[in-house]
Amino acid sequence: MSAMPIYLDNHATTPLDPRVLDAMIPFFKEQFGNAASRNHAFGWVAEEAVEKSRQQIASLIGATAKEIIFTSGATESNNLAIKGVAEMYAERGNHIITAATEHKAILDTCKRLEKNGIRVTYLPVQANGLVDLDMLREALTGKTILVSIMYANNEIGVVQPIGEIGKLCKERGILLHTDAVQAAGKIPVDVLADNIDLLSLSGHKLYGPKGVGALYVRRRSPRVQLTAQMDGGGHERGMRSGTLNVPGIVGLGAACEIARQEMPEESKRMAYLRDKLKDRLMAELDETFINGTMESRLPNNLNISFAYVEGESLLMGINDVAVSSGSACTSATLEPSYVLKALGAGDEIAHSSIRFGIGRFNTEQEVDYVAGKVISVVKKLRELSPLYEMVKEGIDLSKVEWTAH
Amino acid sequence: MAYSDKVLDHYNNPRNVGSLDKGAANVGTGIVGAPECGDVMKLQVRVNDATGIIEEAKFKTFGCGSAIASSSLATEWLKGKTVDEALAIKNTDIVNELSLPPVKIHCSVLAEDAIKAAITDYKTKQGAAQPAAEALKA
Repeated sequence: MSAMPIYLDNHATTPLDPRVLDAMIPFFKEQFGNAASRNHAFGWVAEEAVEKSRQQIASLIGATAKEIIFTSGATESNNLAIKGVAEMYAERGNHIITAATEHKAILDTCKRLEKNGIRVTYLPVQANGLVDLDMLREALTGKTILVSIMYANNEIGVVQPIGEIGKLCKERGILLHTDAVQAAGKIPVDVLADNIDLLSLSGHKLYGPKGVGALYVRRRSPRVQLTAQMDGGGHERGMRSGTLNVPGIVGLGAACEIARQEMPEESKRMAYLRDKLKDRLMAELDETFINGTMESRLPNNLNISFAYVEGESLLMGINDVAVSSGSACTSATLEPSYVLKALGAGDEIAHSSIRFGIGRFNTEQEVDYVAGKVISVVKKLRELSPLYEMVKEGIDLSKVEWTAH
Repeated sequence: MAYSDKVLDHYNNPRNVGSLDKGAANVGTGIVGAPECGDVMKLQVRVNDATGIIEEAKFKTFGCGSAIASSSLATEWLKGKTVDEALAIKNTDIVNELSLPPVKIHCSVLAEDAIKAAITDYKTKQGAAQPAAEALKA
């Protein structure tokens, strides 16, 4: 066993691919130029590298290079997309639709806009984690300017029906933004086929560097305009001022290129490892439930609740494995995961949940080890669990009068 | 978050895990917490009727490592104490012994509540048993 735990938390962040690092290094050293310097070779080299990256990112999502805006990461991309549209299209309407299971970078941005008079609908999701298309259709009004629905969820990995949502928005002339942080580079994403108008992605979720991301902004049918959220030198077609992070941008481009080339094989390998982990856990442990549908899901995600075992205590027992839990005890707010709560299965499910995110650098041997370790710790903690004992005695926990605190 | 060595020790080697016969007259059972809150503690004591001393204490806990450690420690402290001495155990004693951080203080509160609930259950049972015993004498 090595000193560091086995890393199975690839939805939180991913390690930098060494090939990406190699591509970045020269731009920290001799190629240090400012991409906006138009009159000397240092600037030209930097600009050329940035334009290459733009093309690499565009190729991953079916866009054209000019439609890619560089940002500091997906949080900024999400802020820029939503606030930028709300401001730019204020005369057309003041209603935005999103979903309850979105990332905080979406939800908190929307909450901010609500204070400024924007009306926001937070669609509930179905028990399988997916948005109900009929519900979305009914929520659309003449004042709706934007629908923002994530491509794939960061906790439960479910992949939303973005193509159908895009079709619906297109018919009504409403812009569609999607936070594709978890999907881009993992599953095929095509902004044209899916009628996506704005798309956020992040470097560090696809084996690229932290601190760099991109926003796709559609240029044709329709030509989407955004009000810049940062004032300055008018970089990035005036939508995002600030000297470009050339090494980061080069890394993001390289990461997208590798992801695009390796996706067909890599997604099969991810699904194989994930299914192996799932099948073994489900076979050897009773009272174990998968959160979110398996029918429409990222190949590398598994989110499981081990009933009657609290998540943080489970993490403590598998301290040589890095994963995360939806348990309240593991969150900064001491609230259980709002994503799992939105599935409507009760807070207990969140308290007992573990998210496994398999990545490019995980081996089958690691996954096998993790499965065995989780099984033994869950069994041990169930020996300690008064709830498991009560259930085995035939007591219906929902009928017990608990002393909630 | 880093756990104290004592929390880790109780988590890795929990003391007095198990269950006592909750139907017995000299066993007090306390179950506190709620599954939707993420922690439930079951704490049981068996009291020697003649001496009033707690001879055995057992626990089972659904909760984080600190909740498991708090209840494990509580069972250690309960053994050998009289019922009234047991009621004097304060959550702050548990916090100090386990070096619990502020966010985990509620685990110690829950353990104190579990002790009180178990003792109350024992006393209630004794109170109910007392008249029966006197009736036998008469």
